[in-house]
Amino acid sequence: MILNMGPQHPSTHGVLRVILEIDGETIVRIMPDIGYLHTGIEKTCEAKFYQQVVPLTDRIDYLCPMTNNLCYALAVEKLLGLEIPPKAQWLRVLLNELTRINSHLVWLGTHAMDIGALTVFLYCFREREDVLRLFEAVSGQRMMTSYFRIGGVALEPPLDFFDRVRDFANRFPSKVDEYENLLTGNPIWKMRTKGVARITAEDAIALGASGPTLRGSGVDFDLRRDMPYSGYENFKFKVPVSQEGDVFARYECRVQELRESIGIVQQALDGMPQGPIKADAPKVVLPDREKMKTQMEALIYHFKIITEGFAVPAGEVYQAVESPRGEMGYYIVSDGTAKPYRVHMRSACLANLQLLPKMCEGKLIADVVAAIGSIDIVLGEIDR
Amino acid sequence: MLTPAITDLEQLKDHPAVARLRSWNLAAVEGAKFDRDELSIYVERSSLREACALLRDDANCPFNFLSDVTCVDWHPAEPRFEIVYQLLSIPKKERVRLKVRLGSDSPAVESVTSVWPAANFFEREVFDLFGIRFTGHPYLRRIQMPENWEGHPLRKDYPVEGYR
Repeated sequence: MILNMGPQHPSTHGVLRVILEIDGETIVRIMPDIGYLHTGIEKTCEAKFYQQVVPLTDRIDYLCPMTNNLCYALAVEKLLGLEIPPKAQWLRVLLNELTRINSHLVWLGTHAMDIGALTVFLYCFREREDVLRLFEAVSGQRMMTSYFRIGGVALEPPLDFFDRVRDFANRFPSKVDEYENLLTGNPIWKMRTKGVARITAEDAIALGASGPTLRGSGVDFDLRRDMPYSGYENFKFKVPVSQEGDVFARYECRVQELRESIGIVQQALDGMPQGPIKADAPKVVLPDREKMKTQMEALIYHFKIITEGFAVPAGEVYQAVESPRGEMGYYIVSDGTAKPYRVHMRSACLANLQLLPKMCEGKLIADVVAAIGSIDIVLGEIDR
Repeated sequence: MLTPAITDLEQLKDHPAVARLRSWNLAAVEGAKFDRDELSIYVERSSLREACALLRDDANCPFNFLSDVTCVDWHPAEPRFEIVYQLLSIPKKERVRLKVRLGSDSPAVESVTSVWPAANFFEREVFDLFGIRFTGHPYLRRIQMPENWEGHPLRKDYPVEGYR
């Protein structure tokens, strides 16, 4: 029998359609069907100036806007050969880790809800609200932050911002204990997740899996540690790895990542350097409002950047960062003008979704929901 | 600051990935470029799949992970399309980029799904948005656009607003 699941299904986290060929309760074949959220962002980018692409990158993956901002900004900075001041780099790391916490909290809440543990959702969204308030404080927006710009960050954070982050960072580890109390030792949770949707390390690598989905299968690889960017080499953190390769292993990896992320946030707070938050490149970085109103030169640069953009030397780069879901990559080709010739986003979810048939074929229908939840997909990023 | 790109194959021939490919088949490597700390190798079209398999199984630096496959349209220049493969070596933490140039006349290249199954969705996306055929692909259907869509939206001669 052919069964159609989605595109409007509560457990598909967006609009994913899955075509199931079943024999009784057992899955014979499973085929994901995507494209319902395709908005042609890559094409749109080609018609924008480099700085105008930043708000588009937020909208690819609405759960980790800062990660996308960061990846795009790093790629363009690499094309330009720009040096970013230390304070901007540390701010980026700090906010990027808060984004990871935000994203993992949404994942944990919805994943647990799919499997039937409704309470966890309320707990997770309680802390997520705190993170979103921090984002609002720093960028004026809760979700579509566009805070990282080419050459630095948009604004100096408000005065009490670091105290608020520290307050959150001190509170958060005990909250993770609360989630774990609800799930980790829970016999129902273990029965629904242990040994379910198992994937071997070889299969995971061959199918292009990355992030916690790869590390849940015992492959010890994290771009933050192994190919550091934006000053991650200055931070000490463990990369959680689980060996089993099942839903529970991926759950374990992500929950441990929550703890590691908050550790990175603490380190960033302790070691936050002083200095400027934008690179010294007047042709690329918008001048301060104050300077723009008092200095003719700054006004001219401002006018030129807004009306003409800035030319980027011809060339191409591929920049990858470790997003909460895996390897998020931007491939940008410049032809020497003010608009990118080609922008391509390597979506971690698109590759991770290819694991679904390997995970589910020959298993039960009820496990499909657990499997989809465990690879943590965001359809906005898959379809772009 | 930016250092100028190296495009001379002679200077890059000692790089492990280039050397490996050249020792296998001298004609397979059409050129190479080292720019902004990233290495790109232009591979001859008919030897692409074998070159990929060779780099994946290389004993010193196995590029066992396919990060990405995409395409760049250089319309109206010829050869018009450049298919771009981003390879990653998880054990050695190295990246290399392979490129294949294709003319505008029924562009096709051999699929690498038999080397890395990960290429499946990536190649379908390139097929869908650029109209490149991948021979030997197990399921070459549109993936992002509807089945009955006309044209390939990411081609440069396709208007940003679409056809109305």
